[in-house]
Amino acid sequence: MREVKIVSRRFDIPGSHTLDIAREHGAYEAVERAFDMGPEAVLNAVCESGLRGKGGGGAPACGKWRLAKEHSDPTKFLAVNCDESEPGTFKDRQIITKDPHLLIEGIILTCYAIGAHDAYVYIRGEYYGFQKILQGAIDEAYAAGILGEKTLGREYRVDVTIHRGAGAYICGEKSALLESMEGKRGHPRLKPHRKEPEWYFGRPTLVNNVETIATIPFIVKEGPEAYRNYGTEKSPGTMLFALSGHVKRPGIYEAEFGTPMMAYIEHYGGGIRDGMALKAVIPGGASTPVLTADEARSANLDYESMRSLGSSLGTGGMIVMDESVDMVEALKNLLAFYHHESCGQCTPCREGTGWVDAIVASVLKREADVADLDKLLDISWIMNGKTICVFAPAVSGVIDAFVKKFRAEFEACLRSHV
Amino acid sequence: MGFAFTEENLEELEALAKRYPSKEALMLPALWKVMEQDGYVSMDAIDVVADYLGVPPMKVYGVVTFYTMFHLEPVGTYHIQLCRTLSCSLCGKGEILQYLRNKLGIDVGETTPDGKFTLSQVECLGSCGTAPVMQINDTLYENLTPEKVDEILEGLK
Ligand SMILES: Cc1cc2nc3c(=O)[nH]c(=O)nc-3n(C[C@H](O)[C@H](O)[C@H](O)COP(=O)(O)O)c2cc1C
Ligand code: SF4
Ligand code: FES
Repeated sequence: MREVKIVSRRFDIPGSHTLDIAREHGAYEAVERAFDMGPEAVLNAVCESGLRGKGGGGAPACGKWRLAKEHSDPTKFLAVNCDESEPGTFKDRQIITKDPHLLIEGIILTCYAIGAHDAYVYIRGEYYGFQKILQGAIDEAYAAGILGEKTLGREYRVDVTIHRGAGAYICGEKSALLESMEGKRGHPRLKPHRKEPEWYFGRPTLVNNVETIATIPFIVKEGPEAYRNYGTEKSPGTMLFALSGHVKRPGIYEAEFGTPMMAYIEHYGGGIRDGMALKAVIPGGASTPVLTADEARSANLDYESMRSLGSSLGTGGMIVMDESVDMVEALKNLLAFYHHESCGQCTPCREGTGWVDAIVASVLKREADVADLDKLLDISWIMNGKTICVFAPAVSGVIDAFVKKFRAEFEACLRSHV
Repeated sequence: MGFAFTEENLEELEALAKRYPSKEALMLPALWKVMEQDGYVSMDAIDVVADYLGVPPMKVYGVVTFYTMFHLEPVGTYHIQLCRTLSCSLCGKGEILQYLRNKLGIDVGETTPDGKFTLSQVECLGSCGTAPVMQINDTLYENLTPEKVDEILEGLK
């Protein structure tokens, strides 16, 4: 396996969150370079790199950037998504605590490329301790003339403001995030019928994940080919994959796309803990359909491979489960999460999440029968493709994968006595 | 009980207002100031925030009730929030919950009679690699074991 550190290259340097140390190791060099290149060239570099969003959807950055840049309104905004609430996902916190200047550098480059001057970092409320580290870095950057009226002495203003969330998973969805930033409940907006940017107080706005933005300095400095040197044709570059659950060494380890999943789990995670056998892996955060051990053994960490297995790469946060896990309990745990987090706008989601949660609870109490498993799949069908955002369809995918792949376990649970 | 922003908080909000295209963007920042001052959001505070932002009080109320971290009622001095989601659950959250219950003599959703501790379960805290985890007020505690919980609670006394 090829070791590579693009976003994580300063993570292990003591004091890397401070400006002096970060600068000693190359921080803000890409900004100088970008000003020499000009905004159009920066955008082109990002397009040529093939960079895809790391917030869960994997949308190419290029198209979104163009939509914001090319909109006729001269006032544009950048919103950086650090809501990080997808269970199994904890990579953005590594960036904002270990290398916040990398994020600030990426923000400057992105603003410059699309013509924005005001950037907001929306941070989940629970990350208050981490928020202080990022704020410390922002303050340092202002004091050093890196942020503010002039960026490193050039005629370009960039202001960065942290906006603290208050505990709502749905605010990670990009339009809900902007509603929340506008001072409202975090309700996702209806999707437009054609491609357009996001909107913040009626102004064209770009929303990107922290890791996506933190990848920009490398692309600008080293060039798009250097990024494409890693990964696959359709999934270029690297990602901060995460391991949690039953592995010996949980954590965040950067790897190139296309890395075999089991090789990654063995190499970085040290394999399954306590000499147990693997049972299942949720590949990219709780909302991606679970893989059986056999599927995991054939999976590669890239968009194509996950898709061919009927799952998706999501945030790259793997939740590893050994043979001791009761899959009915695991599904129940996740459904309680979704029931709590549905924003409540759409009936199939608001009612459906409560209903499926209750059915699985009754399976665990042995108060259900086989017909209830089919009802679970029926409700799952109703939740798929009929709602404002993809929250409900994701829950549907989670239910289908658990119940279809581990049906025998659900049926055994029904037959057993408490 | 009436509510008023402290001078210092008002100044900070005014400074922050310059960074946003509309004053309504100060909804969450203002509510966080309320939480910082009182530990919860009272109906009086809702009126003050509504006045300050120039929006109807019901809009503020709607926002307060949407977000888990805002409370309409006071909680204990130390709000223990144990993560209940999958990775923590796989790594021993159940044992920690039982331990906290026994130690504090309260169940989830309750506050100790002296008003010191409130026990809650919350959703994924974004720290699944160091599971199980809990947050007490704004501080995160990771890789929990019963011994570690003892130490942490001891340190709060
Ligand atoms: C229910 C839901 C929750 C989401 N949560 C997050 C999140 O916490 N962080 C994030 O960056 N993206 C999250 N997303 C994806 C965002 O909507 C959006 O696609 C992303 O922030 C765009 O950035 P990217 O293209 O750089 O990935 C979520 C999406 C949905 C539907
Ligand atoms: S699908 Fe669920 S979370 Fe998404 S908008 Fe509808 S109710 Fe809200
Ligand atoms: S599941 Fe507990 S922190 Fe993520």
